[in-house]
Amino acid sequence: MGNYIKLAALGCITLFAAIAANWGRDVSYVVHAVIIMLVAGFMFLRVLRQTDDPVKAVATDGYMDDVIRAGVIATGFWGVVGFLVGVVIAFQLAFPALNFEFLQPYGNFGRLRPLHTSAVIFAFGGNALIMSSFYIVQRTCGARLWGGNLGWFVFWGYNLFIVLAATGYLLGSTQSKEYAEPEWYVDLWLTIVWLAFLAVYMGTIFKRTEKHIYVANWFLLSFIITVAMLHVVNNISIPVSIWGSKSVQLFSGVQDAMTQWWYGHNAVGFFLTAGFLGMMYYFVPKQAGRPVYSYKLSIIHFWALIFLYIWAGPHHLHYTALPDWASTLGMVFSIILWMPSWGGMINGLMTLQGAWDKLRTDPIIRMMVISLAFYGMSTFEGPMMSIRAVNSLSHYTDWTIGHVHSGALGWNGMITFAALYFLTPKLWGRAQMYSMSAINWHFWLATIGIILYAASMWVTGIMEGLMWREVDANGFLVNSFADTVSAKFPMYVVRGLGGVLYLTGALIMAWNMWMTIRGGQKVSAQVGVPAE
Amino acid sequence: MDTYSLLREIADSWVLLALFLFFLGTIVWAFRPGSRKVHSDIANIPFRNEDRPGCASDCADCACKSFNIEELQP
Repeated sequence: MGNYIKLAALGCITLFAAIAANWGRDVSYVVHAVIIMLVAGFMFLRVLRQTDDPVKAVATDGYMDDVIRAGVIATGFWGVVGFLVGVVIAFQLAFPALNFEFLQPYGNFGRLRPLHTSAVIFAFGGNALIMSSFYIVQRTCGARLWGGNLGWFVFWGYNLFIVLAATGYLLGSTQSKEYAEPEWYVDLWLTIVWLAFLAVYMGTIFKRTEKHIYVANWFLLSFIITVAMLHVVNNISIPVSIWGSKSVQLFSGVQDAMTQWWYGHNAVGFFLTAGFLGMMYYFVPKQAGRPVYSYKLSIIHFWALIFLYIWAGPHHLHYTALPDWASTLGMVFSIILWMPSWGGMINGLMTLQGAWDKLRTDPIIRMMVISLAFYGMSTFEGPMMSIRAVNSLSHYTDWTIGHVHSGALGWNGMITFAALYFLTPKLWGRAQMYSMSAINWHFWLATIGIILYAASMWVTGIMEGLMWREVDANGFLVNSFADTVSAKFPMYVVRGLGGVLYLTGALIMAWNMWMTIRGGQKVSAQVGVPAE
Repeated sequence: MDTYSLLREIADSWVLLALFLFFLGTIVWAFRPGSRKVHSDIANIPFRNEDRPGCASDCADCACKSFNIEELQP
């Protein structure tokens, strides 16, 4: 019976998408309609072929790891894609001739830039979060993933969202909200997928066999719930036509700006921080083979972080139409936020207490430690940059770009690489990664890449800020905008080279994962033993 | 009084106080007497149930338990 309902629904979606492909008003909408038509049509045939067949028995007593394996591969794939686009646009900034005439308008920096940010944050980071949260919630709850194939729906649905978003950017469909560029129908689809994600996660927690909910689940659950709330409120818009991708925001002016940066900063706070802290609180103790340094500190870390982060958004809007009280509020909460952030960093680092020798022998632990170090660094830099006086120098300069990348490449990237190196052998039944020295190479390439990136962006950002505000004895500005652009050239090249190193490291990781998955005998990976 | 001013007044008085007290409450709760044993038990959750789900029921002879026993006796 269920299959007949599915068939009817998929048939209707395919038909509707076919009509939409015909009547669509703009090219990205038509392309998306064709994609949806093909996907729904494929699913229709797939369900049709299974209908009225005897139902195959599926083992449901163990953990559901297939979807996590797919997530591991997707994370590695999107990581390489995202870093590659990042390297391309870094060199486009250094050498504008790389905005090739024959690729216009699709290969323009303006269209590739959101492709890069969304590919690394949502495709690479999002797949990493979904697959590791599925892994963590099963192990720490001692329960199989709730909802059966709903986990697969989340995985494929989320990746369909990424494909729609990415093709939309290239074809010029955007609502011009940073990190929330996809248009209305893509937003609606993501809402459905995200609620399914929430259901799978909560369902697993409800049927747990452990009495208590481990702290990693608190962080991951707050990430899922908050992102749902942020996404819905920031994307309240009315489509101009059901046959076109253009929509109009319900908020306007400063309210819209404030909503956008309430969303934007909490995307950082809950997607890139709380979610990845959930990964940290599971994978660091696992890899170190000892429980987290202080569980009490982790509780305080959690509550302080979620109580404070939600207020920090207005620091993106210093010296704008936003009222002073609001931007002061954002600034103050950003500064207070420094404390729980460092509490979390200390908690992660001190988990290695008594196991520091592993830093010499275990390159995965080393990645976790450098990731926590970058977490600490960027959560100090961020509060500092949110201070209004500092912001007057740093805002709109490359310093901001450097800050974002020390957090994203250092903290999010490194902890994800560590998680991938932890999970790949475990999920495919190998003793360890195919090549440990390749992990070492990855570690050093990535670290040197980040240092080149961050250092060059500090120099160019501060230089740019100082040049913009430089006035002569009569109060006239000394530099034109083009002067700052030409002065930044050497730093742009260094930044691009840093990106090349980081991308090379990721390619080595992809090769290492491929070889681990493909070859070798099946054995269970070694697990750290709990400390007495 | 318009809605904005009313909500604003409630938000920066009673709701602010309630949220702050809730936050202090979580800290007090974390440090409550007897929490050390509970916390060390929770902190060790990642080292249990590594390969298969735990046992939901308390029965002595249900399937999930016998599965574990089999593994103990090679």
